[in-house]
Amino acid sequence: MTAPTHHPTLAATAGTGPVLLWVVLPYLSLAVFVLGHIWRYRYDKFGWTTRSSQLYENRLLRIGSPLFHFGILVVLIGHIGGLLVPKSWTEAAGISEHTYHVTAVALGTVAGVCTLGGLAILIYRRRTVGPVFSATTRNDKAMYVLLTATIVLGLAATVAANILGGYDYRDTISPWFRSIFYLQPDPALMTGAPVLFQLHALSALLLFAAWPFTRLVHMLTAPLGYVTRPYIVYRSRDVGLGARAPRRGWERVG
Amino acid sequence: MAPGDTGIGRVMAQMAMVMNLDKCIGCHTCSVTCKQAWTNRTGVEYVWFNNVESRPGQGYPRRYEDQDTWQGGWTLTKRGRLTLKAGGRFKKLAGIFSNPQLPTLDDYYEPWTYDYETLTSAPLQEHTPVARPKSLITGKDMKISWSANWDDSLGGSAEHGEKDVLLSEVADRIKFEFEQTFLFYLPRICEHCLNPSCAASCPSGAIYKRTEDGIVLVDQDRCRGWRMCVTGCPYKKVYFNHRTGKAEKCTFCFPRVEVGLPTVCSETCVGRLRYIGLVLYDVDRVLDAACTPDDTDLYEAQRRVFLDPDDPEVIAAAERDGIPRDWIEAAQRSPVHALINTYKVALPLHPEYRTLPMVWYIPPLSPVVDAVRETGHDAENHRNLFAAVDALRIPVDYLAQLFTAGDPAPVDAVLRRLAAMRAYMRDINIGREPDATIPEQVGMDEQRMYDMYRLLALAKYDERYVIPPAHAEQAHRLEELATECSLDYEGGPGMGGSGPFGETSGGAAPIAVENYRALRDRQSSDTPATPSDKATRVNLLNWDGKGTPPGLFPPSGGGTAAGDEDTDTGGEVEPKP
Ligand code: SF4
Ligand code: SF4
Repeated sequence: MTAPTHHPTLAATAGTGPVLLWVVLPYLSLAVFVLGHIWRYRYDKFGWTTRSSQLYENRLLRIGSPLFHFGILVVLIGHIGGLLVPKSWTEAAGISEHTYHVTAVALGTVAGVCTLGGLAILIYRRRTVGPVFSATTRNDKAMYVLLTATIVLGLAATVAANILGGYDYRDTISPWFRSIFYLQPDPALMTGAPVLFQLHALSALLLFAAWPFTRLVHMLTAPLGYVTRPYIVYRSRDVGLGARAPRRGWERVG
Repeated sequence: MAPGDTGIGRVMAQMAMVMNLDKCIGCHTCSVTCKQAWTNRTGVEYVWFNNVESRPGQGYPRRYEDQDTWQGGWTLTKRGRLTLKAGGRFKKLAGIFSNPQLPTLDDYYEPWTYDYETLTSAPLQEHTPVARPKSLITGKDMKISWSANWDDSLGGSAEHGEKDVLLSEVADRIKFEFEQTFLFYLPRICEHCLNPSCAASCPSGAIYKRTEDGIVLVDQDRCRGWRMCVTGCPYKKVYFNHRTGKAEKCTFCFPRVEVGLPTVCSETCVGRLRYIGLVLYDVDRVLDAACTPDDTDLYEAQRRVFLDPDDPEVIAAAERDGIPRDWIEAAQRSPVHALINTYKVALPLHPEYRTLPMVWYIPPLSPVVDAVRETGHDAENHRNLFAAVDALRIPVDYLAQLFTAGDPAPVDAVLRRLAAMRAYMRDINIGREPDATIPEQVGMDEQRMYDMYRLLALAKYDERYVIPPAHAEQAHRLEELATECSLDYEGGPGMGGSGPFGETSGGAAPIAVENYRALRDRQSSDTPATPSDKATRVNLLNWDGKGTPPGLFPPSGGGTAAGDEDTDTGGEVEPKP
């Protein structure tokens, strides 16, 4: 067994390489993610949809889609827990490293298998069901590649780390991730991470940059407001009618 | 409850429709014109905002009335509370990734076209080339096996007839043998319900009911394609555009209605059986009515939600709630209000879905008349007809399944009223002394019976469609008037136009309102072509091919100089070779 500190890393371990990869790219991708969504929301509300293909085919979708979506939701929660919550907090809360690790691995395995299984069913369906395939745009295909790569790499990194003996990403990747948001990015933290984790992070960054321009946007408008809003929505004809806002000076008064 | 002591809550106006089923000849003109106007695009090939079903029959989509399967509409909990039949908010959200009750394309039908090109481009061959049907979904050859009106006029009913959902509820077996069955057509559009379960099912809140006229619309910018509305609507009148990924539904042709024109389906209806008008109702009573414990009481409960526009208290309350004066007047002249409340001949479609639908139907008397005539009796005689209404349980029970949740009494009453009108008017038409006892037997007086006859048989365009235009002070905001520069909205010129992502993304294309006005003039004037006051101006777009309007051709040498003042023949234009 190799020493846990000696993971292979990307070739560039010093100089501008790490800065480009772990400082410039994250900020770029973040900026594109945020601005892209704002732009898309402003100018392409009509294109903002799940573009569901359930009408064409339901047998495979009925299994694949919930499997994938619920899986990925758990994965998302796992990432929030793993990346955003500092290790010191969980330890302060009395959760030992071991307990944390076992829970994370258990939950992560189930969620990961669900996500990957669901995704496999969905991709199989997309390729083999005629109408679904012909409704697949190039944009969709690119998105599928990025999404699949990110998920597979993430899962592979976790599996490899667990087999090769625990790699604690909460000491390196998580602080790096948080450091981006503190505006004190520390590329050094990432340069030591195993290559699979690095690739996972990179493909995720690309995915985030592509996000606003794909159908993945539907995630940002998850309809949580449904739980609290009244059932029947009444709207006046002249409030926000159609695409055209009233001209300045012509707004309705009283 | 209501502010003040009138007992009237918030008053709203609802644009509503009544269809007189006796007059529907099943020509599908309404469906076709509607499709041309609204759904002749990719993604909605299979969609018919207006469809005409043959009854008995399965309907479109197939067996949509089977709510045990499709879970549309509302239902009451054990404690009498109203909930969506497909489940509450959390259940809806949990099913969002794969809606368990979404009809598939098979339940509608796979749309197709024909490969016409082979007809002209095929090489010389022994056999005539054929245009094969091609699926509009896959683009491949397909075998056509179903459509939106596959069982039209009972076609194939000996085979499929038993699949009609309502038949399982009708006690006597309906026979599909040609001589023993009955048939009528049921044109359907979105009901623009007072309690729309489609809107309640929409997780994004994209489906809304307009406060001014009650039209239920899908905001295309807010719809995210969660598809819950398709399940929510028990009439299956919300459709999923598989190309844009958005829900679409009948719009009650709001751009036309806003300028005072009837919907396309009504305008083009060959049988002239559709009536459009306003109904005033009390929003605060809607939920109570929808919670009526007994399904069979829902018809009366819904009628109690409506307000009498001639009642001074109602008028005061309506003015209090900001309904313009001319709208109140339009509500008073509304043919829909008259047919529902004054003459009580219109009934709601499937009130048991508890959405309080607002397209009502005058049930057809013709199955009864036909049956009487078949026995060799006088089918214009009210006694024969009354006896037949009592004796012929099959059509009556079937109609009751459609219109009153199975209670035959209201259907009986309507059919008797129609039968009485038939008998009473026959006497007048053949010059006999009218028999005042006939209206009496159905609780009407002679004047009222005659008025009802006028409305049902003679009413002209502007009596059938009493549509107050939307208000001028708001007019610049109306979609179709578009007096603003169409580029002049938030985001600046050209912004918001076709984006790279959504199919047919882009702003609304303004349609010049003059077209509508001209159309309306043509429909309601006696002159076949150009307006007579504009002797020398010809609008070719509005020339319907009849006659030669003055000014169309240059004056010829002879005495019939076109454009001359005296060529205005008041509508009688001599056909010229
Ligand atoms: S009939 Fe129309 S308004 Fe009523 S629930 Fe269906 S789509 Fe909604
Ligand atoms: S156009 Fe009128 S008569 Fe023809 S099918 Fe439609 S509703 Fe019936």
